[in-house]
Amino acid sequence: MPNMRMDKNPMPEQAPDVRNKNFLEVTLGYTAEAAIDEAQRCLNCKNKPCMQGCPVSVKIPEFITHMKDGDFEGAYQKIKETNALPAVCGRVCPQEKQCESKCVRGIKGEPVAIGRLERFAADYHMANVEDTVEIPEPNGKKVAVVGSGPSGLTAAGDLAKMGYKVTVYEAFHTAGGVLMYGIPEFRLPKDIVQKEIANLRALGVDIETDVIIGRTLTVDELLNDMGYDAVYIGSGAGLPNFMGIEGESLNGVYSANEFLTRINLMKGYKFPEYDTPVYVGNNVAVLGGGNVAMDAARCAKRMGAENVYIIYRRGKEELPARAEEIEHAEQEGIVFKLLQNPTRILGNEDGWVTGMEVIHMELGEPDESGRRRPVPIEGSEEIIEMDTVVVSIGQSPNPLIRQTTEGLETNRKGCIVADEDGKTTKAKVYAGGDVVTGAATVILAMGAGKKAAEAIDKEING
Amino acid sequence: MAYKVLKKEMLNPTVFLMEVEAPLVARKAEPGQFIILRIDEYGERVPFTVADFDREKGTVTIIVQIVGKTTRDLSQVEAGDTIADFAGPLGHPTPLEGLKKVAVIGGGLGTAIAYPQAKKLHELGADVTVITGFRNKDLVILEDELKAISNKLIVATDDGSNGNQGFVTDMLQKEIDAGEKFDTVIAIGPLVMMKFVCKLTEKYDIPTLVSMNPVMIDGTGMCGGCRIIVGGETKFACVDGPDFDGHKIDWDSAMKRGKMFADYEKRACEEGHCRIGRTNRAD
Repeated sequence: MPNMRMDKNPMPEQAPDVRNKNFLEVTLGYTAEAAIDEAQRCLNCKNKPCMQGCPVSVKIPEFITHMKDGDFEGAYQKIKETNALPAVCGRVCPQEKQCESKCVRGIKGEPVAIGRLERFAADYHMANVEDTVEIPEPNGKKVAVVGSGPSGLTAAGDLAKMGYKVTVYEAFHTAGGVLMYGIPEFRLPKDIVQKEIANLRALGVDIETDVIIGRTLTVDELLNDMGYDAVYIGSGAGLPNFMGIEGESLNGVYSANEFLTRINLMKGYKFPEYDTPVYVGNNVAVLGGGNVAMDAARCAKRMGAENVYIIYRRGKEELPARAEEIEHAEQEGIVFKLLQNPTRILGNEDGWVTGMEVIHMELGEPDESGRRRPVPIEGSEEIIEMDTVVVSIGQSPNPLIRQTTEGLETNRKGCIVADEDGKTTKAKVYAGGDVVTGAATVILAMGAGKKAAEAIDKEING
Repeated sequence: MAYKVLKKEMLNPTVFLMEVEAPLVARKAEPGQFIILRIDEYGERVPFTVADFDREKGTVTIIVQIVGKTTRDLSQVEAGDTIADFAGPLGHPTPLEGLKKVAVIGGGLGTAIAYPQAKKLHELGADVTVITGFRNKDLVILEDELKAISNKLIVATDDGSNGNQGFVTDMLQKEIDAGEKFDTVIAIGPLVMMKFVCKLTEKYDIPTLVSMNPVMIDGTGMCGGCRIIVGGETKFACVDGPDFDGHKIDWDSAMKRGKMFADYEKRACEEGHCRIGRTNRAD
């Protein structure tokens, strides 16, 4: 008999006024008892609607069935069949828009906490089970993967399992892409990411850091000189957009990418133990309303800022960030200034930020994306005192690869043009993740990597 | 991955040369490009211009001035040690093809950065005048190397201790006054020096390329930390540069941005992680 309680088992977490001063993980994960209890809420539906909401088609009811019996390792192995990074996905997926949005239990009451269960299984495995990796039989073919973010890692793992010799080229000194430089430690502990990457290495995937494709090597060299049978480009959307308003060059203005890279990848929050500095003032404005903005705001708070504002031109309903992150940010004391749009950043003689002018907005008719268009209210300008500004209004793909690769078509946003299988306009070259879609989610990037790996195998081995 | 240091040599009391084994970087490097290095896992990522390279040997040479914690730590790394990361080549090579008569100006450490440009111009058959400036004669570097590849070498010192007193701008003015017609000036050095060279060449309408050196983190265009204003537009020095038309740079903004982390740099020197006794021995 399933557990018919309406609510999810709550997940223990650090108290808000404690955690907003440290970088330790906020949510602490289920206990074994809570995990079994939550698993029993799953009805094991015949048509499995939850699976349709998962971009990598995790066999959700099947893994949860293992969990009901306390067979956590069995559950982990079931997830692993289709998902290369369960400890990551369980933590950062916007489940409310994916698997959990389709859960039957969500019609009356809360859906089954699929993400939390996935996370529990992955954490249980990491803590208790020694990985035994079976190195697949080599098939004599080799594939180069550009970028070691979620998309590239997924493609690399899947191809390695099929017997390909896979080399991943990463521009940074550490593999992981946004999982390392973007998403903060308090949301995704870095040793978890590195453990997942170590598993890939054990599978025989070779990861070459400090190699910038488009500079150190080009895609054409990978194919023509180095003899790769195919190249998968998963280089992401790492080029930050600025607003183009007055004062963006002032000291104290960062792109979210710079701010988060200094803090997360370079461990600037441990300065001066680590050498990379991060300047954070007392009044911090984060411009934008996505996950990146939430991460930047919550980092600023943890770096000691007194007042941290999210400044977003639409309303709360329209915030694109994951529901849990918005809630966590609010609990931690982040102030949401909604329906406001920055018009200029003010500075002093020495070139430092002193304030920001915003104009208040109201929502008008829906635009082409279906969201109601924000319209400025005339004469509603207001000046807010500020000493740090983090611009988090989106990213585009880096131009290095498109500028240096013959015959690779890109669209007007600079994204690589690729079909559903990731096939680009250039022979033997596939692409997926943010470099194709523009900035999206970890799990969509992983889904793209998975599809491309299948397509590459089909092309090479028929 | 670790990169082996093959040679380290002090050029003057605060400037040293380092030759690093990095075959992939050496294979592609061109004058005007730079690398980003990180000493070890506690280190920051810092850009250094490629001062020389040997494609056969697979080595890249950088020339470093000790100005803060990272450069001080790097000066403790000896031949035979390794550093954790050495990525590149980054940025665009300086466009040198087709230039006929060029003044290459290097201020202080900028001389080391200007050297590969002057050398390449010489190889391309251009008439090269090299003007370098130092505070005093003890700080002069690369004099012999520059002599070998320039048609005319002028080494100035601020205090006149080498018998040739003046700033690089004074020397350039003299050449112009003497009737020299440069089709391009390339200026590399501290921002204030590049700014004044540009002010001078603007009067005579001489196209002037400068190599910008803002704060960088990744060096691949993903953070915008190195942004500068050129002709009213925001550019990322790491991917759009580092060379720009010097007459279009917003110098005041660039100089102010250069000071953003000054207080932290001081703190890092005083309280930063100590590396003594834990250099990365390769063997």
